[in-house]
This record gives sequence, C-alpha cells and structure tokens, in this order.
Amino acid sequence: MIGKRFWSLFAVALGGIYFLLPLAGMVDFSMRMKRGEYSFEAYRIVLADPQFQQTFLYSVVLALLTIVLGILLVVPTAYFVRLRLPGLRPVIEFITLLPLVIPPIVIVFGYIRIYNTSSILPLTGTWLGTNLLLLFGYATLALPYMYRSVDTGLRTIDIASLTEAAQSLGAGWARILTVVILPNVFVSVLSGAFLTFAIVIGEYVFAALLNVNSFGPYMVWMGGNRAYEPSALAVVAFAITWACMGLIQLVTRFSKFSTARR
Amino acid sequence: MAFLDIHHLEKAFGATRVVKDFNLGIEKGEFVSFLGPSGCGKTTVLRMVAGFETPTSGAIRIDGRDVTGLPANRRKIGMVFQAYALFPNLTVAENIGFGLKVAGEDKASIARRVAEMLELIGLPQLGARYPFQLSGGQQQRVALARALAPRPQVLLLDEPLSALDAKIRISLREEIRRIQQDLGITTIFVTHDQEEALSISDRIVVMHQGIADQVGTPFDIYNRPATRFVAEFVGTLNLVDVDVVEAANGRVRLGEVPVVLNRPLSARAGERISLALRPETVALGRTEGHDVVLAGRIAEVHFLGSVIRIRVTVGGQSLSLDTFNQPDRPPPAVGASVEVSISDRDLLVLAA
Amino acid sequence: MTTSAASLPAALRPRQLIHWIGVAPFFLFATLFLILPTLNIVIGAFRNPQGQVTLENLGKLLSPSIRSAFWISIELSLLTAALGCLFGFLIAAAITLGDLPRWLRNGIITFSGVASNFAGVPLAFAFIATLGRLGFVTMLLRNWFGINLYGSGFSIVSFLGLALTYLYFQIPLMVLIITPALEGLRREWREAAESLGASGAQYWRMVALPVLWPSLLGTLALLFANAFGAVATAIALTGSSLSIAPIVLFAQIRGDVLNDPHLGYAIAFGMIALTAIANGIYILLRMRAERWVK
Repeated sequence: MIGKRFWSLFAVALGGIYFLLPLAGMVDFSMRMKRGEYSFEAYRIVLADPQFQQTFLYSVVLALLTIVLGILLVVPTAYFVRLRLPGLRPVIEFITLLPLVIPPIVIVFGYIRIYNTSSILPLTGTWLGTNLLLLFGYATLALPYMYRSVDTGLRTIDIASLTEAAQSLGAGWARILTVVILPNVFVSVLSGAFLTFAIVIGEYVFAALLNVNSFGPYMVWMGGNRAYEPSALAVVAFAITWACMGLIQLVTRFSKFSTARR
Repeated sequence: MAFLDIHHLEKAFGATRVVKDFNLGIEKGEFVSFLGPSGCGKTTVLRMVAGFETPTSGAIRIDGRDVTGLPANRRKIGMVFQAYALFPNLTVAENIGFGLKVAGEDKASIARRVAEMLELIGLPQLGARYPFQLSGGQQQRVALARALAPRPQVLLLDEPLSALDAKIRISLREEIRRIQQDLGITTIFVTHDQEEALSISDRIVVMHQGIADQVGTPFDIYNRPATRFVAEFVGTLNLVDVDVVEAANGRVRLGEVPVVLNRPLSARAGERISLALRPETVALGRTEGHDVVLAGRIAEVHFLGSVIRIRVTVGGQSLSLDTFNQPDRPPPAVGASVEVSISDRDLLVLAA
Repeated sequence: MTTSAASLPAALRPRQLIHWIGVAPFFLFATLFLILPTLNIVIGAFRNPQGQVTLENLGKLLSPSIRSAFWISIELSLLTAALGCLFGFLIAAAITLGDLPRWLRNGIITFSGVASNFAGVPLAFAFIATLGRLGFVTMLLRNWFGINLYGSGFSIVSFLGLALTYLYFQIPLMVLIITPALEGLRREWREAAESLGASGAQYWRMVALPVLWPSLLGTLALLFANAFGAVATAIALTGSSLSIAPIVLFAQIRGDVLNDPHLGYAIAFGMIALTAIANGIYILLRMRAERWVK
C-alpha cells in the first residue's frame, strides 16, 4: 500500500520523460537557427514564406469544408438511425469503423484507380475534381470520429420526445434537424469537428498521392530541404493539435455546466 | 470477553469524525444490526471490521486476537455488498469457490463445498450460469454463498437487500436469518430500514452521527427507546405536548385531562414537554387498562389493508392511532366525534 | 387512400420513406468513397491487366523484397502495438488506481488526446530534432555523459528509431482507450476478493485482467492497424530508406519503382488482409473472452 503511490509516480515520471523530451528537442532545435544564440529566426522565415501561407490557408479551408460535409452526412444519419431505423445501427457502426481498419493509403489508391482520367467519373482530371476528391477522402477519414461524437451527443438527449414535441408544433423534418436537434448536439458536433480539424490540417498521404499542394506535402518538402524550419513547423502543428484538444475540453466543460443548470 | 470486540473505535476523514468512540461486544453466533440513516457511520464501522478502512484509533478483536492492523485478506471475514459485487467473468460455481481456490484447496473439496453452498441457498441447478444471467435476488444469494464458503469467523452484510424488490427483500431476509441460525455464524448486518433490523436481529445498534445511540434487543429498542432520535427513527411516533404539574411524581396535564406518569421528570412544574406515544397503543373508544380517556374528532382515515391508521384531533393536538381491520366494522367517518384511550404506562419520556 | 398506403411495403410508405431519404446521402457517400474504392483494390488484386482472374499478382507478394517489407511492417506494428499496450496500461493504471492527484490524471488524459493525434509529419520532425544526428538528446548524451549514440549503431532512420517514434502515438491511444475500462473495475470486486483471502496479484490474475481482457485485445488490434497504416510518419522520418509495406505501396502508386498497378493492388490487398486478419482475430478472441456478458 505504501509503495502504490511511489510506483504510480514512477510510471508517470518515466512516461513524462519519454513524452516531453521530443517536445523539448523540437522546441530547442527550432530556435537554434542562428549560431550561438536562441532565436525565432526559423519561425520568422517559415511564417514569411508565401508557400507556407498558401498551403496552410488551403488546408484550413479544406479542414473547415470537411467538417461541414461531415456534419451534413453524419447528423441526419445518426438521428434517423437512433429514432426510426435502429436496425441499421450495426451496419452504420461497421461502416464508420472501416476507415480505422483500412489503411488510408489503400483508400486513396482506390480513389486513384476509380476516379482517374479514363474512368466514368474522371475527378482527378480537373482542379475542382481533385480538390473534391481530397475533401471526400478527408470526410471519410473523419467519419469514425464524427459519427461517434454525434451519436454520443444524441444519446444524452431524449430525441424521441424532442421530435414529437416539435412535430406537434408543426415542424417538418428539415426544421427539426436544424432548429431542434443540431443545437442540442452542438457540443458533441464541435468535439468531432475539432478532432477532424486536427487530423486533416497536416494530412500527408491523401494530398501527396492526389498531387495537391497542401500543408502536409509542404512540410515534407521542407523536411527534405531545410534543417531548422521543419522543427518550427512541428511546433506550429503541435500547437494546433493542442488548441483543438483544448477547445474540445472547453466546450465539453461548458456543456456540463449548461446541463447542470437546467 | 465477547467473540467480536470493538473497543473505542474512532474514524476521521480529514477533519470530519465519522465514527466516535464506538464500543460493542458481539457474542459468538449473534446477529447484530447496525441501524441508522445514511452517513451515520454504520458502514464505516463495518468496513473497519472488514479491514477496508483503517481506524484512526481503537481496536478490533476477533476471538481474542487483535486484528486492527491485519489486512483484509487475512481476517477470515465474509462480506456481502449492496450491489452483489459478483465477479462477472466467473460462473456462479467459480464465484462461490473463489475463496477456497485462493486458499489453495484441492478441486474435489472445492466442488463439494460449492455444491453444499448451492444447496444451502436453494439454487443447486445454477452453478454453471454467469452472474448476468441471474436475477438480483439470485445474485445476492450467490454473494452470500460466496462469502460463507470459506467458513469465515464473521459475516458482514452491507445493506444486502437495498437493491432488491420489496417482495424478494422480505423472503431473502428470512432466508439470511435462517442460514445464519443454521450455521451459527456471528453476523453484522448494516441497514437503514428499521423494519428489516427489527425483524431479523438478536440485537440492534442504532447509530446517529457516528455514535451508537442505543444497543438493545429489537423489543427494547422499539418499546423503550433511549433517545428521541431512536424513538423517531424506529417506528412511527406521536409526540404529545403536556404541561408539567408536579415533577417528582410525574404528574402532567394533557389538555384538561390529568395524567400521572409515576416517573420523576427533569422538567419543572408549569413547563410544557413532549411525550411520545406509539400509534398502536392508542385505542379507539374505551379499553380495559387504558385509564386516560380523551375526546376528539376524526381528521383522516387511511385504510392500509390489515391496519387502519386514523388521525384524531384531540384538544388542538393531532394523534395517530392504528387499529386492525375488521370486516364487519367499517372505519369511522371523517369528522365524527370519538373517544380515544391510552395507558399512562405507554407514554414515553424521551431524553433529548 | 388509407388502404393503398397500408398495402405498400412498410419501407415505402411516405412517412418511412423520409427516414430512408435522411440516411441515403450517408450510404451513397460511403459506397462511393469508402466501399467501392476498397472493393476495386480487392478485385484488382485478383485480375491481370487483361481483366482475367488470376493469382499471379498475389504471387508477386512472395518476392523477397516485398515479403521482407511486409515482415518489417508486421514486426514494427506488433512490437509497437504490444509495447504501446504495455506502457499505456501501466500509465493508465497509475492514474486510475495509483492514488494520484486528480489534476495529474486530467492533465495526462488531455495530453494523451493531443499526443495520439500528433502523428504524421510533425511527429517525425520532433523525433529528428531529438534523436537525429544533431538532435537534442543525441547532443545531450554526447556532451554530458560522453555517450556517442550514433557511434553505437543507433539511427533514427532505422527500425528501432521508427518504433520509438510510433510509440509516441501508440501509448497515448492505449491510455485513452483503457482508462475508462480501468475505471469500470468496481471497488467492490477488489474488496470482495480481499475479504475472500485473495492477494492483490490473485485479484488481478483471476478477476481484473479477465474482465479487462476484451478491451486489451481490442486495443491491441486497433494499435496494430494504426501502426500498419501509418505512412506519413515513416516517409517524413526515413524518406524511403526503410522499406516497409506502406512505403513500398506509396512508391508504387507514385510510379517511382515499377509501373505495374496490379502489383500495387496486390500490396494494398495484402495490407487490407492483414488488418482484417488482426481484427478478425480480435473479434474471435473477444467473443471467447466475453462469454460472461453474451
């Protein structure tokens, strides 16, 4: 009994060393660009690079579009499955698990074979088509996270009563979904959205294989050609991941307060 | 010395003292209930006996041996929990045999003992089932068998019936008592249900704010409550305001009716005090031996089946009384004028 | 009107129809962008360029270079999944059962959420900056302790380096999944076991681990798939100097090596097959382990 606390601290401390050293290394390295002193030179160069600005902005927009598409796909489905089509639940759960099981590189390979220039739907032939395909690919990657968080959100509210109440007041399905259901699962949707953002923003394989110059391929290119800037980029990416996870914590905590007050 | 001896037991969590100077001796084979509201410290005492909590001070002895510093797994104590706590990954038989298996007994004797225990709890055909396949009552029987299988010195039951339906609760409680008496095992039973405690125990410890208010047989506890808390917590109670006329002999006036208690009172003449009265000691109409007769009016009638509870307004005070249902005599109507009678011996003088 | 509506199959009545319309976009999307692409690969693996059914492509998987790439991938995934499970379990056990302050537990859970998603390219950069030839730890060991990491044969661009890097997202993922399972262990089980005379080790062996077993297996399978499909980290870390299955496939798709799409199909199929087998084993074991809840 006396040793329990000691061993726990020991395990956590060992883990702490392993997990903090790479962060320290990355921060340290990113600031060593000028010989003999710590500086933010690498960050300055990266942030001023028009390539960075362009690819980063592109990835942000794409991530936001992925979130919107994800919501449009997942919210009505999860809602109807929970409310009226419970028999479909195993099917939906299986489908939404697939992106975790099938390696993403296989999925994108399939895209290239099906939607190439010589196919019925030659998406890869045009600028718009390629970008759409990348968007769909990211939405596929995000499915497990989006579905799980929305479904968890729906479980905590009584959607059957909410729906009946709205119907008795004369609302149609579209209105029920947008005005009644969505606001009530908004926090869960946000959690899924931030997670999606964190996954999509630096994604490499899909973008590289579809020849789209987004933030992921930009980082790899930097990694092959520069010494200190990649570390600065890693710090930026790490900060974004932290921000996304922090925001998830924040909205979840906020939702706990608002439900407690009810 | 008693078989299980609890000596000046204290427990504090931080600054809050949850158990204060708790003393109790339990004889071998005795069935003792700890009765009290939630947070009174009864479960904490039980958990200290089991070895799950360490006392702040005091000692616990079982059969003359000091077990205060002994870890739970060396105390030879059987424990039954409120939420069954069966191991979900083991069958009923494996659950019951768990204690024997960790003690290193051979397979044949484990199997024999398990069969014996299954017979004892009346579920001989369910050995191969998993806990989730059993009803709550069956799970708790299995938990009892599991606790008893290694032949513990003491059996501890922590609100074992609280999670069950009313009907099963009564039948299982009778079964627990039967098994306890068959095996003659020393038992502590923790409950917040006074009816449970009264029906099942040799002795009851009524606990309140970490203190044992009264220790006694169910009959004593119910009929001669030592404190106001015990009187109010155990059973239903009428509180009657009386004016003290003379303290030494206990002469008081109930409204206009003089009553002699023949007990000295601590209050002085002219003061108003409360006396307690069980509803079943109040009779409707005049009865032999009930010297105090009061006039009143029926305020409420609650038909409870075998018992009818009637509230009567007597001189501005409200009095509950219980009578048995008699098919040929319907209860009086609300608003009717009646006489009620009581015996001065049934009036309880309560310490604060 | 009512009679005609009633005679229709249940799914086609107007009210029910709208429910199906509600889920239709999802199914359309999943078919087009998840199921068809995967099926295309699976079927392609069994076809030759002329469209005839053949096992020739799969036979190419047995060539020494591709076979070894798969072996390294399997070893890497198994090793990092197993170690991830082990260390993740220890950390999760420490924060749930170890009597540690609440803030430490919450902090570790949040950090695990971050670290499990901090995969891919930036993670590789962080490890290069730490254990690369001029990395933070490499220099620290050389300057302070006189240990020459690279002189002793270590390289971040190696199996060991890759494994160390993968653990950075494997361990936190395990922590995230197993912590709720550990919190689901009821205190009464432990107390019941103790009062029946069991030691702590006996409680873990006979009750706690069997109860956790399905979650442990599931996480192992998930971590395996997670490592097996990780491409970006490997590419950013090693370029293509370490030949693991997903990197070979990546190069194949890019057309850097041979322009034989059907070999690509076969490699991709091999990857799906392996993750499917991993999950199949998991489902089987789980069904066996969970007799007590089914």
